[in-house]
Amino acid sequence: MTSYLIRNAQLLGGPAQDILITDGVISEIGTGLSASADVDIDAHGLIALPGLVDLHTHLREPGREDAETVLTGTQAAAKGGYTAVHAMANTFPVADTAGVVEQVWRLGQASGYCDVQPVGAVTVGLEGKKLAELGAMHDSAAGVRVFSDDGKCVDDAVIMRRALEYVKAFDGVVAQHAQEPRLTEGAQMNEGQVSGELGLGGWPAVAEEAIIARDVLLAAHVGSRLHVCHVSTAGSVEIIRWAKGKGWDVTAEVTPHHLLLTDELVRSYDPVYKVNPPLRTAEDVQALRAALADGTIDAVATDHAPHPAEDKDCEWAAAAMGMVGLETALSVVQQAMVDTGLLTWEGVADRMSHRPARIGRLSGHGRPVSVGEPANLVLFDPAYRGSVNPDSFASRSRNTPYRGLDLPGRVHATFLRGVPTVLAGELVELGELA
Amino acid sequence: MKRHLVSAADLSRDDALLILDTAEELAQLSGRAVKKLPTLRGRTVVNLFFEDSTRTKTSFEVAEKRLSADVINFAAKGSSVSKGESLKDTALTLQAMGADAVVIRHHASGAPARLAQSDWLHGSVINAGDGTHEHPTQALLDALTMRRHLNPGLGNDLNGRRITIVGDVLHSRVARSNVLLLQTLGAQVTCVAPPTLLPVGIGSWPCEVSYDLDASLAKTDALMMLRVQRERMNAAFFPTEREYSRRYGMNGQRMAKLPEHAIVMHPGPMVRGMEITAEVADSPRCTAVEQVANGVSTRMAVLYLLLGGAVFNDGPSDAPRTETSEAAQ
Repeated sequence: MTSYLIRNAQLLGGPAQDILITDGVISEIGTGLSASADVDIDAHGLIALPGLVDLHTHLREPGREDAETVLTGTQAAAKGGYTAVHAMANTFPVADTAGVVEQVWRLGQASGYCDVQPVGAVTVGLEGKKLAELGAMHDSAAGVRVFSDDGKCVDDAVIMRRALEYVKAFDGVVAQHAQEPRLTEGAQMNEGQVSGELGLGGWPAVAEEAIIARDVLLAAHVGSRLHVCHVSTAGSVEIIRWAKGKGWDVTAEVTPHHLLLTDELVRSYDPVYKVNPPLRTAEDVQALRAALADGTIDAVATDHAPHPAEDKDCEWAAAAMGMVGLETALSVVQQAMVDTGLLTWEGVADRMSHRPARIGRLSGHGRPVSVGEPANLVLFDPAYRGSVNPDSFASRSRNTPYRGLDLPGRVHATFLRGVPTVLAGELVELGELA
Repeated sequence: MKRHLVSAADLSRDDALLILDTAEELAQLSGRAVKKLPTLRGRTVVNLFFEDSTRTKTSFEVAEKRLSADVINFAAKGSSVSKGESLKDTALTLQAMGADAVVIRHHASGAPARLAQSDWLHGSVINAGDGTHEHPTQALLDALTMRRHLNPGLGNDLNGRRITIVGDVLHSRVARSNVLLLQTLGAQVTCVAPPTLLPVGIGSWPCEVSYDLDASLAKTDALMMLRVQRERMNAAFFPTEREYSRRYGMNGQRMAKLPEHAIVMHPGPMVRGMEITAEVADSPRCTAVEQVANGVSTRMAVLYLLLGGAVFNDGPSDAPRTETSEAAQ
């Protein structure tokens, strides 16, 4: 197996050092290492972060391979610095059986760019009526630990309770898409001043907050792990903070776009800003940033939602919800959290690698960059400045709100168990390495 | 305002007065034996209606024909749109056919804005009502009607006039455009509705808000009733039609509380007995029919000014400004 010597990488909380990777493991770290390696990489000015872990990715395969495949999605993940992603269950067919989650898992294995951990549906067909075979999905080769009907809310309180109770048997977690359905009928954007002016159906903050409030009480009642997907409002933050204060096992994630963008952008009626949950107000953005900084929100998760051009190149009402995010996440987090002084790079590693790996129970990821650890790491250049060019994305879809925007930073290299998936900012052809 | 008319917010005060004055000039045409001008001869205007409409569509069509435009009516029902064609492909088709202007009515808020901002077609886009967003030509014809009654004369605005808009503001594109335009013209606007039918954030709109119709009547110069759509009546926005009518319906008693000069307006179609009693609807103070007539001349003015070579104040000046009097020649 090829060995790599990364010279002068900035380690978290310490000086620049050299990192030697042999046999997929970080074998040595030190200053001025004299060890020889097959490949030397000059990492001067680059930060060495643990490989990122995404709790919330839509890979679209099976069923919508025109939008994304496991291969293109994991390539996009690698370009974004990720070494593991959780693939959401709203595929066609839905990932609600052992067979489908194994299929996705095996496609991830075959891609080689990133570990793919399938998320199992909570209910059959995401219909919210009957529990899916949660145990069979856990017992499958995919070893599912995270269950979610994401895209839809498990709004029936009894079904939600049962799911929370049931997954305790195998240390699972239910990741809830918190959206009260009746309060969001016809909703197309955040309910507020802008929706009133634009005449677009409003998605009120209380529709998210009411479900989160119910679910943290349910989780506490049955003693289970609850994870809240893509928190988007200041009120939700307060409820999660309260639940954590009680000592309940509640975790939460926020997307990069909810840390940076507001509903004012919808004034353009450009569907690239149409996302669920919707972009909220500047006050919500500030509350989310503060919550991520103080740990109330545990993780940044991309909610990478690829859509083909025709699903976005239309009028607002007809457009699909969602935006791609894997390839820009770290840059957005740098802009929203690091460059604003709210989070250190150690904090970024915690929120984008260590904690999401713990929530998903991924033992091989989210580890520190230390000797003896699997060589899952990313070299990131925080000084890089450049405008976002979606045409260079590895993702099959281009629905990014950042087209042409100057975002800081760039992933220089990503290693998955000692194999570079990205070098000099470009995807590595894995077949060539072999 | 430049090439398009998508929102009443696109109009400066001067733009709006230019349209109203032009409409006054063009209105004289309706009294002539030959109600036609050659102004838009050779220009193609497409009426692109994704939503059923009789009044607005007919009004635009009459306006276009009186200006001698070539008119194409494109209804979504029974067309390629019902076979799944996207707005983009429809627009590209119209562009290929050489449309100089597209008058669009769409059930989705923002569809005309999307069309205007895209590079799908090069002609002017005129919003003929989009979802619950805006209906700027309706606001213009309403303003024309108000000016005639409250401050007649070319160049006059509605400064200081008090306008009360009553009913389903939440779902009303007419209300949104009117609030914006009337404020531009100097009027003081009050929206009156039950709280369930007021948009979130209306507190920041350039208007006052009240839940009490009776309290607003004595200080109203023009009372604009809004249509309550049938589907709202069973969606918990208010308990019963009867209660709505009792609290927000216009009747003879309430009309008597209005100042003598005040007018009662309605964009139509009216739900008699609920929104408005027959006594009010048929009274000389009700301008509903007059509004329809003003709609034609207002839309002629908009088409003339957008396509006839004149440009509004802050638009690109690629053609000499046409005097409004030419329009009546």
